Amino acid sequence: MSEFLIKNGHVFDPVQGIKGDKKDIAVKDGKIVETSALSGSAKQIDVKGKSVMAGAMEVHAHVAGPKVNLGRWYRPEDKLFDSHKIPGMTRIEGGKSIPTVFKTGYSYARMGYTFAMEAAMPPLYARHVHEEIHDTPIIDEAALPVFGNNWFMLEYLKNHEIENNAAYVAWTLNQTKGYGIKIVNPGGTEAWAWGLNCLTVNDPVPYFEITPAEIIKGLIETNEYLGLPHSIHIHGNNLGNPGNYNVTLDTLKLVEGYKAKNNFGRKQVMHATHVQFHAYGGDNWGNFESKAKEIMDYVNKEKSITMDTGNVTLDETTTMTADGPFEHHLGGLNHLKWANVDVELETAAGVVPYIYNPNITVCGIQWAIGLELALYAKDPMRCFITTDHPNAGPFTRYPRVIKWLMSKKARDAQIKSFKYSDKVVGATNIASMDREITLYELAAMTRAGPAASLGLSRDYGALKPGMNADIAIYDINQDNMPSDPELIEKAFSGVAYLFKDGKICVKDGVVVDNGNKRTFWVDVKVKENKQVMHDVREKFLKYYSVNEGNYPVPDDYAPHPYVIAVDATQ
Amino acid sequence: MTVKQAPELYLECESITPDSFAGKKADEIAKLPAYQGKEDTTLGEYFTIAGEAGATAAETQIVLKGDCSKMKYIGIKMTGGEVIVNSSTDMYTGGWMKGGKIVVKGDVHSFCGLGMEGGEFLIEGNAGNYLGASYRGDWRGMQGGIIRVKGNVGSDICTFMNGGELIVEGNADVHIATHAEGGKIVIKGNVNRRVGGQMVKGEVIVFGKIGLMMPGYKYTKDVDLEVDGTKAKFSEYIGDLGERHPKRKGEPVYGKIFLKK
Amino acid sequence: MPKVVTDVTCPFCGTLCDDLEVTVSDDNKKILSVRNACAIGSEKFNHTSLPGRVTRPRKRQADGTFKEITYDEAIDWTANMLVNSKKTLMYGWASTSCQAMSVGHEIAEKVGGIVDNCATVCHGSSLIAIQDVGIPSCTLGEVKNRADRVIFWGCNPAHAHPRHMSRYSIFPRGFFTVKGHKGRKIYCVDCRHTDTARVADEFIQVQQGYDYELLDAFRTAARGEPLPPTIGGVPKEKVYEIVEELKQGRFGVIFFGMGLTHTLGRNHNIDEAISFTRDMNDFTKFSIIAMRGHWNVTGSGQVLSWQYGFPYAVDLSRRNKARYQTGETTSVDLLVRNEVEACFNIATDPGAHFPIDAVVSMSKKPTVTVDPHINMSTEISDIHIPVALVGVETGGCAYRMDNVPIETRKVVDAPDGMLTDVELLTKINARVDQLMGAK
Repeated sequence: MSEFLIKNGHVFDPVQGIKGDKKDIAVKDGKIVETSALSGSAKQIDVKGKSVMAGAMEVHAHVAGPKVNLGRWYRPEDKLFDSHKIPGMTRIEGGKSIPTVFKTGYSYARMGYTFAMEAAMPPLYARHVHEEIHDTPIIDEAALPVFGNNWFMLEYLKNHEIENNAAYVAWTLNQTKGYGIKIVNPGGTEAWAWGLNCLTVNDPVPYFEITPAEIIKGLIETNEYLGLPHSIHIHGNNLGNPGNYNVTLDTLKLVEGYKAKNNFGRKQVMHATHVQFHAYGGDNWGNFESKAKEIMDYVNKEKSITMDTGNVTLDETTTMTADGPFEHHLGGLNHLKWANVDVELETAAGVVPYIYNPNITVCGIQWAIGLELALYAKDPMRCFITTDHPNAGPFTRYPRVIKWLMSKKARDAQIKSFKYSDKVVGATNIASMDREITLYELAAMTRAGPAASLGLSRDYGALKPGMNADIAIYDINQDNMPSDPELIEKAFSGVAYLFKDGKICVKDGVVVDNGNKRTFWVDVKVKENKQVMHDVREKFLKYYSVNEGNYPVPDDYAPHPYVIAVDATQ
Repeated sequence: MTVKQAPELYLECESITPDSFAGKKADEIAKLPAYQGKEDTTLGEYFTIAGEAGATAAETQIVLKGDCSKMKYIGIKMTGGEVIVNSSTDMYTGGWMKGGKIVVKGDVHSFCGLGMEGGEFLIEGNAGNYLGASYRGDWRGMQGGIIRVKGNVGSDICTFMNGGELIVEGNADVHIATHAEGGKIVIKGNVNRRVGGQMVKGEVIVFGKIGLMMPGYKYTKDVDLEVDGTKAKFSEYIGDLGERHPKRKGEPVYGKIFLKK
Repeated sequence: MPKVVTDVTCPFCGTLCDDLEVTVSDDNKKILSVRNACAIGSEKFNHTSLPGRVTRPRKRQADGTFKEITYDEAIDWTANMLVNSKKTLMYGWASTSCQAMSVGHEIAEKVGGIVDNCATVCHGSSLIAIQDVGIPSCTLGEVKNRADRVIFWGCNPAHAHPRHMSRYSIFPRGFFTVKGHKGRKIYCVDCRHTDTARVADEFIQVQQGYDYELLDAFRTAARGEPLPPTIGGVPKEKVYEIVEELKQGRFGVIFFGMGLTHTLGRNHNIDEAISFTRDMNDFTKFSIIAMRGHWNVTGSGQVLSWQYGFPYAVDLSRRNKARYQTGETTSVDLLVRNEVEACFNIATDPGAHFPIDAVVSMSKKPTVTVDPHINMSTEISDIHIPVALVGVETGGCAYRMDNVPIETRKVVDAPDGMLTDVELLTKINARVDQLMGAK
């Protein structure tokens, strides 16, 4: 297989503590190796003046599945004049806010990403998610099945039957080829099946009579009982409403007293996602303000939490989430086309287009909040950059978000361009924050941190010999940073090189090889549990609309699997 | 430009706009691309071209002679200047136009004036369906400009209209101003049915008869109006009462249909 | 010993029942019996052993008769047709697997095809409506477990989706609906008293072509606004009464079909029905579901959407972009306007279902039809290529009317030497590559 010597680059590796030193990286047979392990025939790649990092890892995006696809086909206008064949080894790509699968794979790769986590997989639709993952080129992917409104879970956790709940979760991960436990609007989405919601962690779920707090705690216990590579991954209650930061703090505080138990090096017991949408103060849209500082004060203190930002990019985009009641509410506010699908026994999804208009004060404040979260973060290994694609903006805007994080000048220019910049400044802290994220911190927030949080730090997220050769090389030099922040955005828009499994897939922003993408999933072994199997049989016979025998996703939907085996049979 | 051969299928002529021609001479214009499916061709293959363009779009006038009824996308997205076609045209004529003037001395097919933002579009014959409508799925339809049709129009006229004006001398079929949130439509002939269905805001003025008024419309009063040079009494209907409506000063703002008495 | 294959998915209609049990002969070649399927579904399985079944490609001769040719000859002829045509309509897809569609799309992107599926003459109008106003919807299991108000508007499941009412919409006893039929109020809105109307508690007869007006009236009534005395033949008092009943329910659902998609206004009718559903969510829980016809037309829409962003009528003819405009890139319009040079039909029968002008247009162009059966399309084609029956002789993914993906299975072997859609398309793709490489 191929050997490469990547010479003269500035390496940024928070796991090994390399802060931009010039270092050669050696690649052999898909892995990073010691330079001494290379033969004389290794191809030499000179990346003098460039930055070398591990491939970036998207920890939360909606890129594959039924609601993503509904978003695609119900928005033909998203592709009007935006469908192209771009030079390279590519198929036709299109879609501004909801890219087609080809554009998704290529766009991530062009920005130096080698992995993406599909944020929410309804188990009944798992097959669809995997069909899309299979068709998405280059990047490795995984998907998180949603559990926060699942009937089995609601019943088991009401009775605090952790072992049964764990057996059910293990069964579902196996059936759906899923990666971990995703929780969206716990309890609230089951309430939504009757048109209701749970807006605090103590609102009981209609009929099931369990609270979101009990659901979350029960799932933390389940997650640690099983020892999964990732922690629970939670989109908390009351997303998007002014004043919701209190509910967020209530949600985050539920980690107290729990410890991570796993063989993957994971230290957190909760990953809180797109926190921007959950850091709102005030009590109406008129006195809406940022509570990013209050949230980060707690996150900085509580080391068993990781989070991602959910940065607003100020674009026209499409919101889509399993928080069904929120989407109904949003559709009522902006009167744009609202789509909703309630999924029997499991979850729901909603889709509504949304325009983050810089001339609207609220949108400016949302933009600021997302950036404040990152700028307040004391530990970049626990705070990751996302746009909750496509909810706060398309993931193709990451280079722009990075520009804002790394350049106060760019932030100030954006603030100045707001129609009501005084109001935005008055409701936030952004204007007074001087911090500029460094390349080293960026590497933590987009590679090393996500890898650790996902339990993949043994092989991904860094450039240690033995790890997988997923490497991104950018045309940016920490010794000669551009004074024009637009050049930061440009540098991160197209890699000089992307190595995926030791193969060059992107060169100078052009896709040259589609690589061998893999589907990651977690196979958990638990003790035989007759009760749960009986419950499964019964619910399929009586309540599901498909047969139990047709529920699992067959192996040929993930023809290149990366299976993480977990033994929870202690 | 004179048509020298008819395309086998239909010719995609998105290059025929004052904006693409500006600053070019005849031989350069002849090299501009045209398409039929996967066949990439040039304007020169299908037209003989004489003259030269102005320095800017606004200073450019394009005159098309011969049968253009199988030419699509003429005048698309133009910002200024003039396009005069001496025959009928096919789909998307004047689509997304922002300024300037298009005159078609014949009929136009469907999807013409789609998402129009400004300028003037004169159709001396009939128009097909979706005149001045929005692109599929887009809630932002015609924004501005004026379309005038001397003949009849088909169906799905000005769906999701937000602004601008349409004046039809002849008749219209079904679904006029569906989902409109602004703008003004005048139809001097008759309309089959379904005027202002789901209209949030906007005005439709009909001189002739409407086959059946939508049930969501309520007669309020008679008014005197001057419309495109004609003074007359009209019955005013407000609606669509089945749809949401914005409020101004606490009072709902309805869409309006005026029917000439 | 014959064996019983369980959890078999029926490859006929959008109800996509997956509880069939098929008894198969020991040598895996013959279907002996089918349990749980409706009459139509059972018949589909019996097609494997229809006498006179065509197992090899046929080519039309100058005198109008057909002569048998080899698969390779058919593949070569087809690939040449695709490569030489400026713009080819590639229509159908609704009765084959998602895996086959994927290969077909690769071919279309290379040769400049327009990929369209049966939605173009069926629920395409619904898709257009959803593109305009969205859709509050749910899976069929939600209807089973929660619905207490069920409206069939312009559809007749008693004929077109025979097990729908027993599996999902009227009779099942679900988690919150233990009373089954008795706990639900069933409405049927149609221009004629259908067999579905016979099962309904309330039948509302609407004048043909006035559904849009009637739905507008429902919305107006829901807002408490005044109405004219009758709308589409329905007295306004009835409209107010029904809207009030619906508001009192816990979970309402509307199922709709050709009565809305194919009467005056088409997509506007569904648009109004969806808007009514959305309005009702201000009062109670309400959803709406389209009664998709073919068992995998939904799947074709899904695959086209994730690959190109549009659910049907996808114009790839420029090969460097995907475009969509129903009314322009839809099959019937392309044929009637003579905007394509060649036709490739697969897994459907446009000859039977398209307007006659479109069929005449197709018959005048080079046409290939891929289908297990001799049908009206094959008889106007230049080449007919039979393939294995998907869902019976080969498996693959399918999508139900509520977009739930369910795997279809292979239960018997296809006749010796027959290709599956995936195999055929893969070979055509390879031959196209050769021809285009040689150019």
